[in-house]
Amino acid sequence: MSANLTATMSPAKPGGNLKAQLRRAERLRKLKAIGLVAPLALFLIVVFVVPIGNMLWRSVDNTELDSVMPLTAEGLRHWDGSGLPDEATLAAFAAELRDSRQGGGLGRISRRLNYEDSRYRSLLMNTLRGLPTVDAVGPDTDWVATLAEIDPAWGETETWLGIQRTAPTTTDRYLLASLDLQRGADGEIQRVAERDRLYLSVFQRTLVIAGGVTLICLALGFPLAYLLATLPAKTSNMLMILVLLPFWTSLLVRTAAWIILLQSNGLVNQSLLFTGLIDSPLQLVFNRIGVFFAMVHILLPFMVLPLYSVMKGISPSYQRAAVSLGAHPFAAFWQVYVPQTISGVAAGTILVFIMALGYYITPALVGGPADQMVSYYVAYYTNTTNNWGMAAALGSLLLVVTLLLYLVYHRLVNRKQLIRS
Amino acid sequence: MPHDKTNESHLHPPPLITFTGVQKTYDGEHLVVKDLNLTIRQGEFVTLLGPSGSGKTTCLMMLAGFEVPTSGDIFLRAQRLNSVPPHKRNFGMVFQNYALFPHMTVEENIRYPLKTRRMPAAEADRKVAHILDMIQLRDFAKRRPTQLSGGQQQRVALARSLVFEPQLVLMDEPLGALDKQLREQMQLEIKHLHERLGLTVVFVTHDQSEALTMSDRVAVFNDGVIQQIDTPTNLYEHPANAFVAQFIGENNTLAGRIQSVEGRHCRVSFGDGFSTGALIGNGLAVGDATRLSIRPERVKLNGSAQGLPNRLQARIREFIYLGDHLRVRCELAGNDEFMARVPVDDFESSMQPGDVIELGWRDEDVRALDAS
Repeated sequence: MSANLTATMSPAKPGGNLKAQLRRAERLRKLKAIGLVAPLALFLIVVFVVPIGNMLWRSVDNTELDSVMPLTAEGLRHWDGSGLPDEATLAAFAAELRDSRQGGGLGRISRRLNYEDSRYRSLLMNTLRGLPTVDAVGPDTDWVATLAEIDPAWGETETWLGIQRTAPTTTDRYLLASLDLQRGADGEIQRVAERDRLYLSVFQRTLVIAGGVTLICLALGFPLAYLLATLPAKTSNMLMILVLLPFWTSLLVRTAAWIILLQSNGLVNQSLLFTGLIDSPLQLVFNRIGVFFAMVHILLPFMVLPLYSVMKGISPSYQRAAVSLGAHPFAAFWQVYVPQTISGVAAGTILVFIMALGYYITPALVGGPADQMVSYYVAYYTNTTNNWGMAAALGSLLLVVTLLLYLVYHRLVNRKQLIRS
Repeated sequence: MPHDKTNESHLHPPPLITFTGVQKTYDGEHLVVKDLNLTIRQGEFVTLLGPSGSGKTTCLMMLAGFEVPTSGDIFLRAQRLNSVPPHKRNFGMVFQNYALFPHMTVEENIRYPLKTRRMPAAEADRKVAHILDMIQLRDFAKRRPTQLSGGQQQRVALARSLVFEPQLVLMDEPLGALDKQLREQMQLEIKHLHERLGLTVVFVTHDQSEALTMSDRVAVFNDGVIQQIDTPTNLYEHPANAFVAQFIGENNTLAGRIQSVEGRHCRVSFGDGFSTGALIGNGLAVGDATRLSIRPERVKLNGSAQGLPNRLQARIREFIYLGDHLRVRCELAGNDEFMARVPVDDFESSMQPGDVIELGWRDEDVRALDAS
């Protein structure tokens, strides 16, 4: 053993052997590194990557019919869409409909079918009640007539076309619906009727609110961060605690506090009335103003902190140098200081913007109906209507929009930095 | 032996900068700069030298306009500078860490002062090209400062402060970040630039050898007061007080008392029955406590000490070999940090630590200074 070891370690075999030795030596280090990140990686995979993958899948998932009525789905997938489906498919449909009462399958398909037409649920319920008993059914039962007798709707091609649309295992209807689009009777993508359009304006509103909050945070946060970075350590630490103070209370409490402050007989209105600046209370909450107030307040620290950390690293001698070279202090600030803060501005704005995109509780509490953002509809579909497909589609689109904006932004900032530097 | 410039610097170039009675305090309680009076003449290279906290940087910052004197005036020729904002002073300034703008190229950095002066592009191009040639960095014009070595950054900072032909160049420890070899090379480069372009330079450093190498005159600061302002030669050979003697160059000190005074010479007793002749410092009289100052290179050993008026017994503690010379640490009159500096050729190899030897020096090599 020891002889072996000596042989490998001896310098008699240089070249490729050296690489092997290096690999061996590095292996332990790598294992250690992997061991250190493994718990976090595992955690992230379980609670983050898998759910997000699941969500992305659910936005196109269309397996309700296929899982509850596999034979019907199979039969309908082969149906050409004219007349009625063949007898075997109808027989399978009747049998599977009867079985679907067990295990909640009926609820799933009727919910799914209702997205196509809201009459399906009662149609299925009625049909189930009218179905002949198992004993009364034989191989020679005429299902076309039987079903049409229970409800004439089963004699119409339209009814079966609607079910056929739910037969494929994937669908783009949720994603299309999230963009106010749908597939027409001929399968062409078209815009939904004007009065049903909603989500494009919701997305637009989400981007406008998030962008507005980001700009306000930048406008308020930049001077504050500059002050913090230039003050003596003792004072700036004190102020930094004040900046971080909001983190000590829950978001819900802070949002509720804003309602109290901003409502018609709240502190702000009372003071304004008292000083005579206004005659009647201003509407400051349950509208866009309230949303901006509360969101800027909550997100401001996320702008200040990255700005501060970047500004802290910029030596005051840069501005002094610029001034000594003949630049007016304002010019020195703008030409020499600000360009060096770009990375902080970039980090702060992207952080605030992305966080603002996903805001739900704050707009829900202090906003009006016209201030609800995408997350509100995600929550609505998840909690209220159980339409996971729509919830997932809206969420996925928000994710895609966020990633796209991030890419554009990243490129812009990088180029800007290159040009300026 | 450095050339004594006393006479040259007192020829009559007109004063460019005058500090009169300048004081500065940050907290309203103690003064960082006390009653500063200083004249800097056209074409002079003046160094403000001192330990950190001695007020030298504050002086420079007041001159640059980044600090305002609490009282007193600063004049540029006849113009009172106190109320002139820094960007209108037209002084070039080199900062400790160069302060090159990281988001601009070398060329853009150098062009910046010309841009602020709204110089026509063609003329600016010519000046930038000229100065890039001078600092031999033309090939680096399009690089970012972070892509340059420390010495190259230093040259760019220098070029940027010179390109607009300022009437005065201020340098705030500009060589502090460089390694020793590069620092010595840059010292000479700056000195040659000063001579060639006839610049007036105010240079701040805490490195005494840097000050001696580069300056026409050095102002030694301590505790907010200029202890002595003089040529390098005079500072070294004729320090005005114990602080200067200690701060400039290497120095042996011995506490003693003045026994007798005869013209510029005096007799000082120290230790247990030792005495030596010395040159007497300002304001000292018989009976005063004094601090004797002797440069290690003036101390002779054994054979070389023959015939010198002051010869004393000491014990060798240690030899420190430094290539071209040897330092001998001795115990003299209870002070075991007494250094002698001996050229390697003069060294008697028979000497061993623990031996008792004879040290000798001339009266003129010892200065009896204030005891503070």
